[in-house]
Amino acid sequence: MSIDSREASWSTRGTVIVDGVTLDVVPGSTVGLLGPNGSGKSSLLRLLAGLRPTSSGVVRLGGDPISSLSRRDIARRLAFVEQESTTDADPTVRDVIGLGRLPHRAPWSPESANDRAMIASAATTMRTGHLLDRSYMTLSGGERQRVQIARALAQEPTELLLDEPTNHLDVRHQLELLELVRATPTTTLMALHDLNHAATYCDRLVVLAAGRVHAAGVPAEVLTPSLIAEVYGVEAVVEDTAGGLHVRYLRALPSSAAEPAGRMTP
Amino acid sequence: MTRLGTLGTAALLPVALVVLAVSIAVGTTIGPSDLGPSDAFAVFLERIGGPDSGLSGVREGIIWDLRLPRAVLAAVCGAGLALCGVVLQSLLRNPLADPFVLGVSSGASTGAVLVVVTGLGAGAIGLATGAFLGSMLAFGLVLLLGFVTGGTTDRMILAGVAATQLFSALTSFIVYTAADAEQTRGVLFWLLGSLSTASWSDVVVCGSVVLLGVAVCWATAGTLDAFTFGQDAAASLGVSVAKVRLMLLIMTALMTAVIVSTSGAIGFVGLVLPHAARAIVGVRHRLLVPTATVLGAIFLVWVEIGSRVVIAPQELPVGVATALVGVPAFVLILLRQRRRQS
Repeated sequence: MSIDSREASWSTRGTVIVDGVTLDVVPGSTVGLLGPNGSGKSSLLRLLAGLRPTSSGVVRLGGDPISSLSRRDIARRLAFVEQESTTDADPTVRDVIGLGRLPHRAPWSPESANDRAMIASAATTMRTGHLLDRSYMTLSGGERQRVQIARALAQEPTELLLDEPTNHLDVRHQLELLELVRATPTTTLMALHDLNHAATYCDRLVVLAAGRVHAAGVPAEVLTPSLIAEVYGVEAVVEDTAGGLHVRYLRALPSSAAEPAGRMTP
Repeated sequence: MTRLGTLGTAALLPVALVVLAVSIAVGTTIGPSDLGPSDAFAVFLERIGGPDSGLSGVREGIIWDLRLPRAVLAAVCGAGLALCGVVLQSLLRNPLADPFVLGVSSGASTGAVLVVVTGLGAGAIGLATGAFLGSMLAFGLVLLLGFVTGGTTDRMILAGVAATQLFSALTSFIVYTAADAEQTRGVLFWLLGSLSTASWSDVVVCGSVVLLGVAVCWATAGTLDAFTFGQDAAASLGVSVAKVRLMLLIMTALMTAVIVSTSGAIGFVGLVLPHAARAIVGVRHRLLVPTATVLGAIFLVWVEIGSRVVIAPQELPVGVATALVGVPAFVLILLRQRRRQS
């Protein structure tokens, strides 16, 4: 087993954000995490990455409770890419991808030849090889996101967790990025907003609403007009075309229909 | 961006250390007594087992017990302050963080003023001890406030700002109500930073703490790199964030407290030098930590020399001199950042 959780919950300041989530991620699969704003996708990803302790329930990595593993052991097999990675420092792209090698060596030791080879290969995989000597600050949003994923790949992870990796990217960059991610052999769990992307690039989908799993399964089972209406408050038709599943949005439903599913965010 | 090649970075540290040694040597040749390089060299030779320098004991003492410890202490303080600046800027992810951001210097001022002006401790503790206790108290308060309000880095900075204001107010209050003109002048001189009372025992105390700090920070270089994109990013790269952060905060507070206690609040070294070092060697701490440390040392040795020369025979407080050099440098950094962001 790759990552799994049993009744995992997380609350902060008295508000339950993630509410009893049970899920199993099959090794080697690409899983899409869907849900409206505030449904708990980012928080669930952080629980699964071991960055927050569960309030109740358990998250396991390779069958071991993640709370029993050291941060370093987790970092050697699980890599996490945040929605937006900002810095005040001015690192080069090589510096940034090089961060991914930190879990594999002592903090005082220099980069080994193997480290450098891993950095180069991760950069090539994410098509950032030509950017290595550029300043991270000068990159476009799409380039930054690819560099961050290259950093994650340099960790040599078996599990890759991505929080809305296509955020702020134009259509071409979104597709390019998802294709690159899809091509990596790692088990991937990513939060996504675009239902068509989820249908095209994911083996399985997990839909969150108000911190709970509302539906889970293969895209054709999960993405139904009724689910989209219940969870997103949107009337849609789902067409099974030659190119795969296609969701066409018709209109936003009156807000009363949307409220039961979505947690109110302040 | 000015970044050196591989060859340049390999040669940088040895060259910088030689420059530092030369700078300290120059420092021992400058002062109101007419003792030049040859005298200083003769005394140095005698002290390491060479022939008699032929100078009187007093003149020997001027070089060995006044000028040399002063130059070495300048190097130690400059090194420690620059190092603290590097660590705090990385750890708190704030390019404007400096060693005094955690309230350490204002706490030291209050402690020193209490001892000097009100005679607290009845002569049993000196100004330096009072300053050290004050700075530790302030830092403890900042840690407590920071953790109570959430423990995030921006809370730490806010807690530091609050403590700085509080202790500055206390210092002003004590000086205003209790000090006479002479005491005020003495306290003010100390607050502005001065190396004029440097002794070998100061060098030993400061030097060992700063050496320990350099060792700790260099050993955690990769860990400091991991904070580039924040705490969650660091944690996901395998860093035990809370533990490492507490250790490094305590280490920097200890260094700053010892430095401030012996030489007053010397500003701007810890703010500006880390930026200068980054411009030369980039952001990786394995190189940045030693570079900033040695640059800080060289910088303060020269500023200290300058402070004795500029308005000779009077001395400019070192803190004033560093600010005079540091403010323009600071403006340049801000302008550079603005250019990059726009």
